[in-house]
Amino acid sequence: MAIGKEILKMRHITKNFLGVRALNNVDFTLRAGEIHALMGENGAGKSTLIKVLTGAEEFESGEIWMDGIPHPIINRSPQEAQHNGISTVYQEINLCPNISVAENLFIGREPKKHGMIDWKTMNKKAKEALAVLDVDIDVTINLENYSVAIQQMVAIARAVDISSKVLILDEPTSSLNDFEVSKLFAVMRKLKERGLGIIFVTHFLEQVYEICDRITVLRNGELVGEYEVDKLPRVQLVARMMGKDFDDLAEIKREHKGSTGKEEVVVEAKGLGCSGKIKPFDITVNKGDVVGLSGLLGSGRSELARALYGADRPDKGVLKFKGKRFTSRAPIDSIRAGMGFLPENRKEEGIIADLSVRENIIIALQARQGMFKLLSRKEQEEFADRFIDLLKIKTADRETPVKQLSGGNQQKVILARWLLTNPDFLILDEPTRGIDVGTKTEIQRLVIKLAEEGKAIIFISSEIEEMLRTCNRMAILRDSSKVGELSGDEITQVNIMKAIAGGTTV
Amino acid sequence: MKKISIFKKPITQYSLFMPILCLFLVLIVNLIQTPHFFKITIQNGVLYGYIIDILNRSSGLVILAVGMTLVVASSGGTDISVGAVCALAGAVCVAALGTGETYKMPYIAAVLLALLIGLICGVFNGFLVSFMKVQPMVATLILFTAGRGIAQLVTGSFILYVKPKSFTYLGSFIPGVPIPTPCFVAAFVVILTWLVLTKTSLGMYIQSVGINSKASFLVGLNSKVIIFLTYVFCGICAAIAGLISVSRTASIDANNVGLYIELDAILAVAIGGNSLAGGKFSLAGSVIGAITIQALTTTLYAMRVAADQLPLYKAIVVVAIVAIQSPVLRKWFKNLTLKLAPGKPVKEAM
Ligand SMILES: Nc1ncnc2c1ncn2[C@@H]1O[C@H](COP(=O)(O)OP(=O)(O)OP(=O)(O)O)[C@@H](O)[C@H]1O
Ligand SMILES: [Mg+2]
Repeated sequence: MAIGKEILKMRHITKNFLGVRALNNVDFTLRAGEIHALMGENGAGKSTLIKVLTGAEEFESGEIWMDGIPHPIINRSPQEAQHNGISTVYQEINLCPNISVAENLFIGREPKKHGMIDWKTMNKKAKEALAVLDVDIDVTINLENYSVAIQQMVAIARAVDISSKVLILDEPTSSLNDFEVSKLFAVMRKLKERGLGIIFVTHFLEQVYEICDRITVLRNGELVGEYEVDKLPRVQLVARMMGKDFDDLAEIKREHKGSTGKEEVVVEAKGLGCSGKIKPFDITVNKGDVVGLSGLLGSGRSELARALYGADRPDKGVLKFKGKRFTSRAPIDSIRAGMGFLPENRKEEGIIADLSVRENIIIALQARQGMFKLLSRKEQEEFADRFIDLLKIKTADRETPVKQLSGGNQQKVILARWLLTNPDFLILDEPTRGIDVGTKTEIQRLVIKLAEEGKAIIFISSEIEEMLRTCNRMAILRDSSKVGELSGDEITQVNIMKAIAGGTTV
Repeated sequence: MKKISIFKKPITQYSLFMPILCLFLVLIVNLIQTPHFFKITIQNGVLYGYIIDILNRSSGLVILAVGMTLVVASSGGTDISVGAVCALAGAVCVAALGTGETYKMPYIAAVLLALLIGLICGVFNGFLVSFMKVQPMVATLILFTAGRGIAQLVTGSFILYVKPKSFTYLGSFIPGVPIPTPCFVAAFVVILTWLVLTKTSLGMYIQSVGINSKASFLVGLNSKVIIFLTYVFCGICAAIAGLISVSRTASIDANNVGLYIELDAILAVAIGGNSLAGGKFSLAGSVIGAITIQALTTTLYAMRVAADQLPLYKAIVVVAIVAIQSPVLRKWFKNLTLKLAPGKPVKEAM
């Protein structure tokens, strides 16, 4: 595949946030018909480089050149960038949850008939745009009814639909599973054939090696270098990103202690269900278990977790927690009983954007303590510092508003929030979403360690690799119901794929 | 890579910078216009002067602004019924005390009754907003229109006067104390609120719910109850402001007590640098905002602007103040300070 002429050149880009230099003299070049990976640790400046390019953020100095325009350009807004042929999927999905999927896809360019929006055509075109990615959903209902993964697909479909010269995808695959990723890749390959340049940000190295032609690595806001994919082996790529040697493939694997039937049961659900969300299911989680939930888009993984936690109130069945019957009227009851729940949707349900890193970390613990037992400032600071160190959260200060952190670092803050409450039963819905390779391995180790200390854990991830490393049992979901379980040696990539695709019922 | 080195914020980035600057500008104008503006004298054993007058007259507004700040923070909406609740609470207090030479019931009981009325109004508003999910503006519109009507019922549509001298103490001076009583009341409300917000986790909860109620729910906060409480508190604040107001004139005119004051209260919150979309708030900002509004009014009077033209001039200045604080100009300020103090490269501290 011949890679064409340079269609986008960014030179000497420098960008400061208050007191933080996010980009320092960074160069970036994109050629027609190439897929170019932009790599770096959490907080390296990837998203910032993209925002500067599309006009979502201003920059202090540097130049941006586009093919066919004889002078440097500055996009003052994402709309202007779109006009110049650049379409973008941002890391944090910026669609409107409370309007329909079709409207989200065509907002600002609605098909018209006699000056009025032509709903029929719009819905039809929306269906088509999604069909390209093999997504078949009702486009007339509000976006908020769908999972993060579907929302991500909608955002991608929209960008693909309007892309003309440059397509930017900032961690588009962070909550997609292998099936959806392969659909996306097929589309990306097609666009590449057509001569588009694609910028692809991801923390999944396999994906880089599968689809990209070139890699640009950033570290701490500085350019490390630009490489051709086949000339940069994986180990070296990781070393370039982290600035030191690191083996991300280090063997972590749980020893599956065969079930002795004697483990202490922590969670036991019988016929638990929540109308319209998840059909009645049975599940038990023992002390020391990491139970994975696996399934396709909309299979009900998150819904099952939410029903256990009481985020959605179950209307059928019984839940026993630590041997006693337990009904949760609101999450606070569950937290007091010793549960923790990290939701998948970081922006909508996770971070409290304007509060500081410190407040975001301690808030769940504070809620459990109650309104009148305020944690002293000193305790709060100690807790915050401990987790900033432990999870290597990159922040200017513990008082920085959490919204100013990079996506992966925000994710770490939410994880810290739940680790701090030290629950007996922890539900992690996509806990490593958007987290870089180094830290991801650390978090997987941490999960295993927690289980070994006797916690019960439910782990949801769209990345099968990660589940294989951490889980000792796995529940399979399909069409909002639990259809089976795998344990011990049955947990292999092939078996899981088979089970979730639904060929055979396990 | 533990922590990135900490940099000092430029002064313009502090949230109270703009509100204080605005108040300062208003005061400077005064000083030029009226050289003896800051002079405080003692006459008849009490303090006199423009500054005292401003602090005294702004007390009611300060109290309302405190309540309004919390309502805005938790629900991202405003309580437009506070003016009507002022009138209603005042009317109930006066009606309870009667127009005779002596009080019909103990003074303190009448005050408590008025506060109870404020509380009930707050419960009504809070219930509609938090449990029935009515939009705040619509929910409080009910009492905004009905409140004065009920007050008229209570007073029988008359302007009632209270005769005992002690009734005026709350709105003016307690014999032997040189500082106006409303200042004490306002200070008390502000300090008490501040203590409750900072010594319990309520302050953090209110902000959290205002910023992201879904996330707050999942970390175990009861957003409904928290929003409800802020409306109840705002109702009580309105009742206190109403009591001060009727005490100033020793009378109740249900048509005019607290008229349009809800607008000033909302404005005070905004001038204080608080976002009306809810979330993070600054109590101090709102207090400064309230004092700024009163300073402006007093200034215009001192400049002999006729009372009926006052709103026009006030509007002009308010537009200016709001413009100074607008995001666009703020960004401009920020860029200016960034140019003066450029960020240094992020250092790794391994
Ligand atoms: N609005 C902001 N205000 C202040 N600092 C910011 C802001 N946005 C980003 N930063 C800082 O800029 C740096 C780069 O952030 P950026 O979001 O570009 O990282 P990233 O490479 O995309 O990381 P991730 O993999 O976690 O998404 C970080 O240190 C971050 O804290
Ligand atoms: Mg990013």
